Amino acid sequence: MIAQLHHRLLPVLTMVAVIGAIWYGFTVYLNAPWQIERYEKASIEWQMNDLVRDTMAQDRPVLPAPHQVAVEIWKTTVQKKITSKRSLIFHSWITLSSTMLGFLMGTATGMLLAIFIVENKAMDRSLMPWIITSQTIPILAIAPMIIVVLNAVGLSGLLPKALISTYLSFFPIAVGMVKGLRSPDPMLIDLMRTYNASRLALFFKLRLPASVPYLFTSMKVAVAISLVGAIVGELPTGAVAGLGARLLSGSYYGQTIQIWSALVTAAALAALLVVAVGIASQMTARMMGAQK
Amino acid sequence: MAKTAPGQTVITAEDLNLVFATNDGVVHALKDVNLEVEQGDFISFIGPSGCGKTTFLRVIAGLENPTGGTVMVNGQTPEQARLARAYGYVFQAPALLSWRTIGRNISLPLEIMGIPKAEQKARVERTIDLVGLTGFEGKFPWQLSGGMQQRASIARALAFDADLLLMDEPFGALDEIVRDHLNEQLLELWKKTGKTICFVTHSIPEAVYLSTKIVVMSPRPGRITDVITSDLPRDRPLGIRESQKFLEIAHRVRDGLREGHGDV
Repeated sequence: MIAQLHHRLLPVLTMVAVIGAIWYGFTVYLNAPWQIERYEKASIEWQMNDLVRDTMAQDRPVLPAPHQVAVEIWKTTVQKKITSKRSLIFHSWITLSSTMLGFLMGTATGMLLAIFIVENKAMDRSLMPWIITSQTIPILAIAPMIIVVLNAVGLSGLLPKALISTYLSFFPIAVGMVKGLRSPDPMLIDLMRTYNASRLALFFKLRLPASVPYLFTSMKVAVAISLVGAIVGELPTGAVAGLGARLLSGSYYGQTIQIWSALVTAAALAALLVVAVGIASQMTARMMGAQK
Repeated sequence: MAKTAPGQTVITAEDLNLVFATNDGVVHALKDVNLEVEQGDFISFIGPSGCGKTTFLRVIAGLENPTGGTVMVNGQTPEQARLARAYGYVFQAPALLSWRTIGRNISLPLEIMGIPKAEQKARVERTIDLVGLTGFEGKFPWQLSGGMQQRASIARALAFDADLLLMDEPFGALDEIVRDHLNEQLLELWKKTGKTICFVTHSIPEAVYLSTKIVVMSPRPGRITDVITSDLPRDRPLGIRESQKFLEIAHRVRDGLREGHGDV
């Protein structure tokens, strides 16, 4: 157990350390010009260690240092009430709820489409090109339109944002599920034919269970892009609430530390969601008798 | 389903032809095949690859449609026979569903055929015992050896009590020791159940050891070149393979195979 933890944790921690070191390096490098300008305006004599110290403590740095972001996250999570408009937990929850709703709708849509495609030849030929085309439209272009149009018909709040997540997440689900439903060996299809299995039996006893591993792989991708969809969906709503709103208001006011803390939180959230899907996948696999 | 009496004809093939159109042109998979199989026969189809032995088995099962001639199984078309659950089919690979336990794999056809739960359980128990896998019902396929997996797939084919067993090189992928063992068990099973077995193989000793009738086939076009009726007794210890009679039959099979190759 401990050895296994070592095996998994050590590489991750090494990567974190390397990224941290690079980040600190860039913090000094990118923030230095402004800092040096200030020194010169105020005619302050400065040493290299002054520069390093000061570039990591600016109010509106080009690139905030990791510890500045950490402090900001600490302040806006632990030290703020959850109900506060400045609490990152509050904003994360807003984004997470629309991510989850969009992800669930996207998974359902993707599965249904895949079933239509696999079970119906006409659908196979007519639907797939549209599905692929749908993903070539930049989401940033279509998101504001979805929000505005739905607003016009009286839909606002959670659902329009969730729909953008759905729009993004149904695609990997549909593609993965089609592959999964078609994955059974021809021999197994023949076997079912020797039993005169109905299409329904063929689907529920063979195709559907065979597609489960493919579904979970797709769900890992889908849940992460659902989060992206939710954040993109929050940008055109006028930045009221959610991690997207934090990003937008941060950029309005040049609050780079706020932007980065929202970004880091979003990344952590995405990681958490992917891990959650991974755990669900492992539990299902174990129930379906997978080899350890 | 009407039970057939010993000696009664189970399979009749008349002037059977099957032509595939492939990218490389027309392939004559079966040409003018005539054969009769009687109830209780153990028939082996032997020949090099491309001789149509598997195709013939698939035609009997209704998985492939002939382009000429007729096949009757129990006096019905293969399609009708399949609907009447006349046969169990065993493939080259065990073809077990990895997400089902051995017991649930064996009950798969029973579920599809809508047999009541209690009856399913009884049949699974009986067939699993027949192939000597009692105690493995709860295991998943990957936890069993290749030979045991193939035994499970035979149990699955026996589970719905078809009188006819179609086996397509079922032991082809197994090593010789396991194969010998399974051959013995299959003979045991055949004697116990009195089923008619059609068995595709490319091993001469296997064909001679198991069969009451050996159908020698040759490729391009796929056809029957010889039908050898074995007069070996029904009780066959493994040692019979050293007997003079056995070697004579094996010799005739080998000659038949060589002849088939000669006139290509």
